[in-house]
Amino acid sequence: MRLDPIAAPSPARTLGLPALALGATVLVAMGLALIAGADPLATLGLIARGAAGSKFALLETLNRATPLIFTGLAISVAFRARLWNIGAEAQLYAGALVTVVIGTQLGLPGPLALPLMALGAVLAGALVLLGPVLLKTRLGVDEVVTTLLLNFIMALFISYLLEGPLKDPMGMGWPKSPALPRDARLPRIVEGLRLHWGFGLALLSALAVWVMQTRTTLGYEIRATGLNAEAARFAGIPVGRVLVKTALISGGLAALAGFSEVAGLKGNLTADLSPGFGYTGIVVAMLALLHPLGVVVSALFVAGVFVGADSMSRAAGVPTYIADILLATALLFMVLAILLTKVRVVRG
Amino acid sequence: MTETKEAQDVVLRLSGITKRFGALTANDAISFSLARGEVVALLGENGAGKTTLMNILFGHYTADEGTVEVFGQPLPPGLPGAALAAGVGMVHQHFTLADNMTVLENILLGTAPLWRPGLGRGGARQRVQQLSRDFGLAVHPDARVATLSVGERQRVEILKALYREARILILDEPTAVLTPQESDALFETLRKAVAQGLSVIFISHKLHEVTAVSSRVLVLRHGRLVGEVATAETDRHQLAELMVGAEITPPAPAEARPGATLLKLEKVSTPARGNRTGLRGIDLELKAGQILGLAGVSGNGQGALADLLSGLETPSAGTMELTGETVTSWSPRDALKARIGRIPEDRHTTGTIADFTLTENAVLERYAQPPIATSGWMDWSAARRAAEQVIETYDVRCPGPETRIRLLSGGNMQKLILGRVLEAQPMIILANQPVRGLDIGAVTYVQERLIAARDAGAAVLLISEDLDEVLTLSDVVRVICEGRLSPEFPRGSKTPAELGQWMAGQGFDDAA
Repeated sequence: MRLDPIAAPSPARTLGLPALALGATVLVAMGLALIAGADPLATLGLIARGAAGSKFALLETLNRATPLIFTGLAISVAFRARLWNIGAEAQLYAGALVTVVIGTQLGLPGPLALPLMALGAVLAGALVLLGPVLLKTRLGVDEVVTTLLLNFIMALFISYLLEGPLKDPMGMGWPKSPALPRDARLPRIVEGLRLHWGFGLALLSALAVWVMQTRTTLGYEIRATGLNAEAARFAGIPVGRVLVKTALISGGLAALAGFSEVAGLKGNLTADLSPGFGYTGIVVAMLALLHPLGVVVSALFVAGVFVGADSMSRAAGVPTYIADILLATALLFMVLAILLTKVRVVRG
Repeated sequence: MTETKEAQDVVLRLSGITKRFGALTANDAISFSLARGEVVALLGENGAGKTTLMNILFGHYTADEGTVEVFGQPLPPGLPGAALAAGVGMVHQHFTLADNMTVLENILLGTAPLWRPGLGRGGARQRVQQLSRDFGLAVHPDARVATLSVGERQRVEILKALYREARILILDEPTAVLTPQESDALFETLRKAVAQGLSVIFISHKLHEVTAVSSRVLVLRHGRLVGEVATAETDRHQLAELMVGAEITPPAPAEARPGATLLKLEKVSTPARGNRTGLRGIDLELKAGQILGLAGVSGNGQGALADLLSGLETPSAGTMELTGETVTSWSPRDALKARIGRIPEDRHTTGTIADFTLTENAVLERYAQPPIATSGWMDWSAARRAAEQVIETYDVRCPGPETRIRLLSGGNMQKLILGRVLEAQPMIILANQPVRGLDIGAVTYVQERLIAARDAGAAVLLISEDLDEVLTLSDVVRVICEGRLSPEFPRGSKTPAELGQWMAGQGFDDAA
């Protein structure tokens, strides 16, 4: 057996295989429900209803999707340039930290504070990724290692701050930061409904990234660098500088996830602000085939699976980690589907 | 020849070999036989089906139809190793030797257990030395392969096949990496082999070698056997026509009228990188309206010189002048700004981005300038027009400008690169192996375009490992060897044999 490359895959192949992957994922989910002793079809129905069956459920899904859109975009921008940013988690926390510091320590009025918080967050996230990318372009240090390890450094740094200088004096001893003042929070999109403008900002960011990638010279440079850095360098594209710019954008986008969670949802910083949004962003970006608009769709899917599984678990008694297994199988099947659109398995 | 005699003498017979890859028929009912003691040349352009045929013979592919017989026994299909066991040996274009082992170890590799060192080595050594003497394959059995020249490595490959008692030798483009002298030595070896009753299949696209060494020529075109002629009854011209199916006229450039010096290197050195030879204090002048051909065995500093002119490499010593001004900052972008058009050696990895469309590839070197882009925004319709211009002017055969370039043939890919370079109206053109791997039609096209650019006043540096190509196109020839340059030889002042001596390193005064 060997793999033969397919020069021009048919539309049936490029669309059919991912659909097949999704179908296979659903089958696995039903099998898991069966093992857990529940009715497979009913379990699926409960997940779907829990994710989008009511106004409350839908808003919950959109809220959960918001940080995933940001981290998914951060990953997709970086991966396009073959910059393996595994540190979206650290960049997210850097953004959240600066958001809280500016919002609580400077005492600025809301209309001034919010843009400044966002801007500060973006800069902080960009700065966190700048170190690894400079080490990569200057010294050839593997960014997978540096960005991954920075996640732990950042987590411990945040813990230290929450136990020390940033600890809320009124927090009854809990390790959390003081809360943002009312007017330094992102407003709701519709008054009375639990959905904040962070979601709007996420959609806008996806659109902006898409325009950047398809319409600007920077987008062209990023794609050229990712597809063939040697040819890009030969053609006069400053590959090192392109990677640095990519890193600044990627880090900034991941940091906006932190800004949006703090200023839109939580109101303060805790060490458990992110249940791994930075890592899940990799899944989101891969499922979207790194397409910025696809990131929105896949973030909604991933958020829906999490929210739906939560609610299903309460009703049907199937453990929630079915959601993690579901996403993992979805990703594996999708990677396989992508491979099979590019190559054909041939005998002999 | 009577029928019974022929039947006795046939050592290899292919009958009706057909192999399809999807819609493409790579081999279409190919039948031929090889007799004891003859050299058959297999001639054909790239993509004519030579490699597929050999892969079927060696069991890497299974033929859809047809059979292979070796010494009268049918060969089981799709079983690599069966051909080897039956006495067929192949010398690939890219050698399969372990660099860190000795010649003897390489020859024994796979035939004798290596974990019992010394066992039977004495006998093996004697056999190898005997074979060396019998076939004129001089190489020391205890030399490390890493220290050998390309020609010597090829001898080791042939010895390897002979040691395994191959009675049929297949040589795939064996002269591509040799100096003329080394090629002559190889031909002498083949004659000795044939005299001892071996049979040889010689795969090549160099017509003069084919006529020099073979007794019979098989011509493949588009997967079919289109001609089978006795070498004595044909000439190069007829073979070339059979090969491409059309009449060929090689380019015959008019007398050059060299103008001002556009690029001048003085005592320029570049560092060696890994296995790649650097430049060692070379002087070079490129003049307007002149093609300077650089001959040499591959790996003697051509890469470093090409990188230097491309902007990828900067001199570690010496000075570089462009139109009389000393260059201080140097990068690919600076090279483009200085109007140096670059045709890179490897069009797949350096010249194009495989998953970019023709449009995206056509603007690769000027994507950031108007009209393709203004203040950071791409104008895709302008880029598309630029691509269409190149496609039309340079006859790039493709489904359209939005096709990914990986779907194009090598010749069409090269035409796109050529168009991209020439449309920018370069002052200096670096053409590094511009026609390697192209079919004859595309070769002629690219060469004529380069001559036309010369006539329009461009200075051309042609780097090629094909001495014939250098001699056909160049107004002035220089030879590169171990990072040094020979003096300039005007057109026609040196024979290929004399240049071959320079290629082998003779004549350089600092023979260090």
